[in-house]
Amino acid sequence: MSAKVPEPGPEPGTVAADLLDERLIQSAGFGGAVRAFTRRIRGGDLGSLPVVVGLAIIWAVFGIVNPRFLSSINLVNLSMQCAAVGTIAIGVVLVLLLAEIDLSIGSVSGLAAAIVAVGFVGHAWPLWTAVVAAIAAGALIGLFYALLNTRFGVPSFVITLAGLLGILGAQLWVLGKFGSINLPFDSWLVYYAQQLYMPEWLSYAFVAIAVAGYWLAKFLASTKRKAAGLSGVSASALGLRAAGLLVVLGVPVWYLNRSRGVGVMFLSFVALVLIMHFFLSRTRWGRAVFAVGGNVEAARRAGINVRAVAMSVFILCSTFAALGGLMAAGRLAAANQSSGGGDINLNAIAAAVIGGTSLFGGRGSAFSALLGILVIQSISSGLTLVNLDSSLRYMITGAVLLLAVVIDSLSRRSRRAAGRA
Amino acid sequence: MEEATSNTAAAAPQRILRMTGISKRFGAVQALTEVELEIYSGQVVAIVGDNGAGKSTLVKVLAGVHPADDGRIEMQDARVSISSPTDARALGIATVYQDLALCDNLDVVANLWLGHELTYRGRLDEVAMEKQSWKLLRELSAKIPSVRIAVASLSGGQRQTVAIARSLIGEPRIVILDEPTAALGVAQTAEVLNLIERLRERNYGVVLISHNMADVMAVADRIVVLRLGRNNGEFLAAEATSEDIVAAITGATDNAVTRRAATRPVPGTEEP
Ligand SMILES: Nc1ncnc2c1ncn2[C@@H]1O[C@H](COP(=O)(O)OP(=O)(O)OP(=O)(O)O)[C@@H](O)[C@H]1O
Ligand SMILES: [Mg+2]
Repeated sequence: MSAKVPEPGPEPGTVAADLLDERLIQSAGFGGAVRAFTRRIRGGDLGSLPVVVGLAIIWAVFGIVNPRFLSSINLVNLSMQCAAVGTIAIGVVLVLLLAEIDLSIGSVSGLAAAIVAVGFVGHAWPLWTAVVAAIAAGALIGLFYALLNTRFGVPSFVITLAGLLGILGAQLWVLGKFGSINLPFDSWLVYYAQQLYMPEWLSYAFVAIAVAGYWLAKFLASTKRKAAGLSGVSASALGLRAAGLLVVLGVPVWYLNRSRGVGVMFLSFVALVLIMHFFLSRTRWGRAVFAVGGNVEAARRAGINVRAVAMSVFILCSTFAALGGLMAAGRLAAANQSSGGGDINLNAIAAAVIGGTSLFGGRGSAFSALLGILVIQSISSGLTLVNLDSSLRYMITGAVLLLAVVIDSLSRRSRRAAGRA
Repeated sequence: MEEATSNTAAAAPQRILRMTGISKRFGAVQALTEVELEIYSGQVVAIVGDNGAGKSTLVKVLAGVHPADDGRIEMQDARVSISSPTDARALGIATVYQDLALCDNLDVVANLWLGHELTYRGRLDEVAMEKQSWKLLRELSAKIPSVRIAVASLSGGQRQTVAIARSLIGEPRIVILDEPTAALGVAQTAEVLNLIERLRERNYGVVLISHNMADVMAVADRIVVLRLGRNNGEFLAAEATSEDIVAAITGATDNAVTRRAATRPVPGTEEP
């Protein structure tokens, strides 16, 4: 049976249980990895490749047009601008995975900003209380959507469209006679969002811990697989990947450290992405989210509590929106009637889609939020630097979103053709 | 997968489950009227009937997808109630649905363990799941090249195999297959029929729904005919001819007419 295996498996003579089938195209070694990668791309399993390529092009173009774009000062700013909307986009990724949508995230973030400002400044609550109240309001809104969606089957598109208006009204009502409220600069929320950067040594320590943790986790997983008679990753391939991660993390951190460094708010956003990635890919809950997004009926018959999954996702989405609203309020050091308005709503949704999360459900990753918001903020920052009118900024962001959706639809089609639908 | 190896010795068939007087109504449609069914271990019972006869509905009653309005289900002479897929599973009833109910976006391992994933300290235990998946698929002599590819990229027969293998996770006693060969080619149909025989050897009680008389005659021990939501005869495969069964299925009346009549209960339809 294994007569055609061209390259030896992990141990000579014994082939791992998952590589026994002779039809399986062997992908051992570096060449094999490259071949497997091109096969995946051809099959329409693009993952985050388009967005990484797109980001490289955007940075190259703006870097040439205006060298200040790639200056560490500008990139530090860019990273801080990503945090708030990026955090909102994490929630959008979750609802998109269920093939649902939340159009009211902007309003929810604005309401959260209003609650924290009115509570803290207007009513002199302790800041923690105001923050918790704002987040709880977000969670409650999510719960309300989830109940409407799961009990009455109202499409999330309609519920959240109503929410967009209703919650904007609530935001104006909360602000009431205050109208616009400035947050004091010595409050920790503003300090965290504007001034708090990691010391250089700490940022490098984080990089070291991340790379070492990655290597250790993969090494342990690979050892466990080999012990179970399955194929594992070779030590050299693992070392190569860890080295790659070291470069991918180390170089940007070093570069940001040329200026103010890595903002703690940006770090919290990245940490939230990593946490959601863990929950989505390593827990039963995450598996259930993908299953419900892929085939609700199959998930239901497999005994998954579809309602509970939808509940958790709607609640998380609104909670992330509230968190993002707090970050935005801190960064602006104010909350007003236009908090959460403008293009926040659409940027957050666009970020998730541009980052590679499918609108059709069941496909995507928490990293979409990070990559997508980097693209959007890069375009916005670059166009501001070259002094282009905001009319053009909207048009270009719109075009990029359109492109992302076209890529999503096309790759869905080629997945169908290649049998990976 | 201990259950797959421990009970290979086929004992004399024993009644595992008995349904009596099962009725189910969807709005104006009386899908099932006082239907009876018995399931024995180590035996394949085929349910046959025309389109809309109520076969899938009967299976869904057993699987807890659509609980019955009326009737009695006994296992080992004790009455049981099946009101959700979880109940059915807890009673050892596993179902392979007509539409397979696989998640195309997930890989084979994820589909096999869906809803019952193994965990290790709160995290998915992918290694244990993959290892046991291979073991199970080998036992079924399944021809699946990799368990880490999305189910969408498998052939019809391979998908069917995954669906059947999935039903065996969690030590069931009854395996229900709703039209497992409907979409398959000649060779893949033969594979699935082999698989059904292997399930019988392992002493499962197997329920097979099929429109294909040749398949039914090839693997079934007993054949139960449904017509317009009612029992319309029961045959031993060894003693009946295809003609007898087809006559019971069609009721020897014109097909178009019976299907029209299926929208309301027919009082005169005889029961065995
Ligand atoms: N979920 C449902 N809602 C309403 N009516 C239904 C539902 N499921 C089945 N029915 C009706 O119940 C009757 C029996 O359907 P069922 O699916 O059990 O037939 P079947 O014997 O499996 O047919 P087929 O051979 O076509 O699969 C049909 O008249 C059908 O329209
Ligand atoms: Mg059917």
